[in-house]
Order: sequence, then C-alpha cells, then structure tokens
Amino acid sequence: MSILANKNTKLIVQGITGKTGWFHAKYSLDYGTQVVGGVTPGKGGSLMEEGNYKVPVFNSVKEAALKTGANATVIFVPPAFAPDAILEAEAAGIELIVTITEGIPINDMISVKQQLARSRTSFLIGPNCPGVTTMGECRIGIQPGNVGKKGRVGILSRSGTLTYEAVHQVSEQGLGATTCVGIGGDPIHGANFIDILNRFKDDPDTQGVVMIGEIGGSEEEEAAEWISKNFKKPVVSFIAGATAPEGKRMGHAGAIISGGKGTAQGKMEALRKAGVRVVDNPADLGKTMKAALAA
Amino acid sequence: MKIHEYQAKAILREYGIPVSSGIMIEKAEQAREAYQKLGSSVVAVKAQIHAGGRGKAGGVKIAKSSEECEAQAKEILGKTLITPQTGPEGKKVLRLYIEAGAEIEKEFYLALLLNRESSTMMFVASAEGGTEIEELAKTHPEKITQIEVNPMIGFRSYQARELGEALGLDSSLHSQLNIFCQNLVVAYIATDASLVEINPLVVTRQKKLLALDAKVTFDDNALFRHSNFQNLRDMTEEDSLEMEASQFGLNYISLSGQIGCMVNGAGLAMATMDVIKLAGSEPANFLDVGGSASEEAVTEAFKIILKDKKVKAILVNIFGGIMKCDIIARGIIGAAKATQLKLPLVVRLQGTHAKEGLKLLTESGLNLMTADTIDEAARKVVEASRKQAA
Repeated sequence: MSILANKNTKLIVQGITGKTGWFHAKYSLDYGTQVVGGVTPGKGGSLMEEGNYKVPVFNSVKEAALKTGANATVIFVPPAFAPDAILEAEAAGIELIVTITEGIPINDMISVKQQLARSRTSFLIGPNCPGVTTMGECRIGIQPGNVGKKGRVGILSRSGTLTYEAVHQVSEQGLGATTCVGIGGDPIHGANFIDILNRFKDDPDTQGVVMIGEIGGSEEEEAAEWISKNFKKPVVSFIAGATAPEGKRMGHAGAIISGGKGTAQGKMEALRKAGVRVVDNPADLGKTMKAALAA
Repeated sequence: MKIHEYQAKAILREYGIPVSSGIMIEKAEQAREAYQKLGSSVVAVKAQIHAGGRGKAGGVKIAKSSEECEAQAKEILGKTLITPQTGPEGKKVLRLYIEAGAEIEKEFYLALLLNRESSTMMFVASAEGGTEIEELAKTHPEKITQIEVNPMIGFRSYQARELGEALGLDSSLHSQLNIFCQNLVVAYIATDASLVEINPLVVTRQKKLLALDAKVTFDDNALFRHSNFQNLRDMTEEDSLEMEASQFGLNYISLSGQIGCMVNGAGLAMATMDVIKLAGSEPANFLDVGGSASEEAVTEAFKIILKDKKVKAILVNIFGGIMKCDIIARGIIGAAKATQLKLPLVVRLQGTHAKEGLKLLTESGLNLMTADTIDEAARKVVEASRKQAA
C-alpha cells in the first residue's frame, strides 16, 4: 500500500512536448510509471518518440483521459498557462493533479483554489512542488528516483531538496519510504499537510511520517492541532528558516515571516506541544525516526 | 516588487480612490514651484523611500510657505533615514513628494492583502490609524478587524457597513467606504498587487475619505503581464547583488553573517543557514542555485558570494537528484579556479553520484574540505572561518 499513486496509476503529462516535460516523462517511464499520454494543444495526434520511448500526444486533457483512461496528470506548463491547465484537468475529472510549475501569479491561484475546493473529482498537489513518488511503483513530477529505498516511512514536505534529504536519511537508517509528497512552496496551493497526513493515517504500510515545514503561513500550526487529536503514528519534523530575517522572501514565494507570524520557533513549539518529535538539526531526521519507530 | 508612495497614489487615483494632489521632485530647487503649483497653503514634504516609519525618522515635514517648503526639501533630500524597516544602515532619500495638505478629523488603518489560510483576499483595518499595525497586532489584537473578500463574490455593501461600524465611522460615511473598498479590490486584482496599505486612511473636515499615505507591492510572479510596471522599479532601492543574482536565475538574499553559502533548493538553503547557526556562526547569505544547478550557475554564484567582503568561508551544500553530483563537482572545480578562490571552502555532496563527485573534488588539487552530512559540513566551515578571521 501507499498513498495517492501506485503501479496502477495512469499518468498523462501536460506540456509533454516541452524540454522539461519530456525529460521527466522519460524518467518516470524508466521508473516504471505508466505514462499513457501527453497533452499539448495543437500537437494532438503526434507521437513523442525517442529510442524505446513512445507516448501519444493529445489536444486536450478530456481527449487524453477518454482514450487512455488516465487518472493522474502532471503539469509542466509555463506560469502564464498553468492555471488554465489545472482547471482543464479538473474539468476533465482527473483524480490527481500534480503541478510542478513555479511562479504562478497569486491571484490566479486564488481562483483555481476556489474551483478545486468544490471539485467532486480532483485533488491538487502543488504548484511549485517536486511531486509525488510512491517508492518503486510510480513517479509523478521531478523527484530523483534513486536516492531512497522502499520502506515504511511517509515523507511530506513543502520543499524539494529537503524531501530528498529526508528520503535519503530514512533509507540510510534502513527504514525506507512509502510515498514522498512535496506539497509545494507557494502561499496558495492545493493539498495541505492535514490532507496528506489524513491519507498516511489510513495507509497500513506507513508506520511513521517525516514532515518538513518552513517559515510562513500557519499550516504547520494547523497540522499540529490536527495531529494531537487524530494521528497516532510517530511524526518527526524539521522546520526550515529559524535564522531567516523577517519580511524577506526566502526563495519560495510562501517562505516569508510577516508581522511576527509564521516563524520557525512558533511552528516548532506548536508541533512539540502536539507530541511531534521536532529536530533542530535536519541531519537528525533519519535517526530520530528510527528511534521513534523502535520505541 | 515595491514602489514609492507617489507611484502608488498615481495608480490608486486611476481606480477612483481619493488621494491628494502632489508633485514628485528630485532637487530642492523644484520645491518652490511645486508648492505654488499645488495651490494649497499647507503642504506635506515626504521622503520617498521603500520603507515605512518615515515620519518618526524625520522624513515627513509640514510646510506653510514656498520658502519653508524649499528649506525642508533641502534638509530631507540626501539625508539617510533609519526606520525599523530600513535596517541599521538606513536609506538615502533621493526623491520627495510634495503633497497638498488635508484637514484631518480622524485616522484609520486599512490594508488589502492575501489571506493564506482561506485562500482569499482580506481587508485588515483598525481605528488606530498611523500606528505600526504589526505592533498593534501583538499588543491589542482585538483592535484589528479582518474582512475576507472572495474574488468571485467581490466586496459587498454589508461588509462596508460591518467595517464602518468596527472603525466607529459615522453611518453617513458607509457608502463612501463601500465605494472606496470596492475600488481598492478592483485595483488590487487589476494590478496583481500582493499588498495595498493605506496608513492612514483619513476622514477630512469636509467629511471625505482620503488615502493620506499609500503603499503598494506587486506580486513578482505576475509582472509578466504588466510590462509597464518596469518603469516604476527604482534600482537605487534594490540590493545590487540580489539584482545581479536574479539575472542568472539565482535566488540570493544578503544577510549579516560570515559564512557564504551555496545550496540547491530553497528549503535546503534555509536549512543550511539554520545548521550554520547551530554550529555557532551566522550565514552571510541565502543562495539557492535551483534544483538543477548548472556549471554556469555555480560559477556565477561563487562570483556573487565573493563580492561580499564579510564572507570568511564558503559552504556548498548540494543534494544531487536529477542533476548529478559529479557534474556539479566539475562546476565547483571550474568556478573555484576561475575565481581564484582563496577562502576556505567546504563541500558537501549527497545523492546521485555523490561518491564520484567527492572523488573529483579531492583529486582536483584545490584546497577544500569535504563532508558527508550537513551537520559535519557546517561544523567544518565554522571552524575554518574562525581560523581565517584570526
């Protein structure tokens, strides 16, 4: 078991004819993912072909879904067009929409989020995220496929490379990972920590969760409250940005402390109060999870 | 992207938001003429810098004659203002806004910004105008009113009444407030603002609402559809290294410590700063070379770090994913040679092809140290920086 994606997931790639889209489509195929099609308006009917790779291209998500039975999509469309790509996927009833695109205007995401919040079919991950990988089964996005092993820890993060760091550490400790989910670094995004924790809760293979937060917003605080009431599996957490100055945007659009809110200290305190094992040093994530699972 | 008060007011005026008339000047000699053109007996002489708290720092003065106006312009122009928002180095005043005076009866605070929790916009308002809202939020949160605005529904008149009552505004002014707020929402969406702050919003003796000060910040991600905003950018307000870095797709923020860092990914870059602090020192910068760092990006990143004279040692922390560590190692070696790097350098490579990368580094003949974990890397670089400083 795992969450969100597995070996039966049928994935399409929106923006497959772009350099990045095609690179990651091939990478996901190598990983064993069923990449059943791609979408680029105006290029429908063509075939993306290179060596042994062959992926049909469609004009619309609806057409791609009808002809391939796709239930997941990954979006590599430039920021100006990505909101449209997300809404198109939702309209076509795609269950899992993973948006990698970085730099989508905030006001566009407000509208997109309103629509996704009342969707009966679709679940959005991202934007500005590394995607979802179920170890050894399905890779959706840009995560490296070779840094960790299949195992029993769920990984959940607002950051990309810190996700890889966590996967690497739990694998070094012999624990391995189930599914790694990057929810993205933008201030407005689809799934939040609680949405994903809720799925890890019901996954028997996931015995513990590494949750990596960062400064800005209040999702970690909300997750802390939810964990204290609903989540019994051990959670190990690191919050990036304890040294970040107030009012500066630290790379991620969402990583900013404003008006004294959204500090790493406040988040760590809330999580500790909820019984989460918070590490000050990210190098301790793997060890701490090992100890927590042995306890 | 931040803009000046006079630019913000010009934009708000276009959207029907009441602001006083004013003239921007860059030389003190222009002050008399500005005073006469405005035709107001009382004017405000206001320093134009990208930071709040100007009044207390002596950046806003009142003048009642053209002579007084010129004298004050002379005094403020060229002065360095230090406010809580400028940092200790302060900001030099290069432009002034001469604005017609207003007879003020009451002052309020009003801002429109993103509400992350509900993914909507929200008005934040308080009857305590002109104060530091951040301070008020800490000491008297009950004095702050928040009203969410769903972009699909817009700002409604019942919300104006609610807001008016919370501010203690006479009900005869509620319809003015309604139009004021509706126009603000339109301006916010049309310009892709991330913040519009009116502090203070005033009621004049003539019972009119007026935006006495205005601060507008644009969403950087949306600038692609507002090419005209490029003219509003004041390069003298930007950090030169940060601007240079952005041209190479690098995300750089200068900080006050001694350890230069180069990391791939924003989260890992922040984490690296945190670990440097745990090891007993302070980072000189935040620098994200991107999830897929190229040799060119690494070289430019080194150049930028080396321009900061505070830097005593450099830490490179790369988690190789799609971008393999051996390729990054070649980039580091090339960049270190090209920039004739003399400072101590600690490199931590992990992930894809990390072993091959580390081998290349140790065989390169460069004077550098390697580390396995982020923790070990931080301890080594802090120790090296202390030796370098001694």
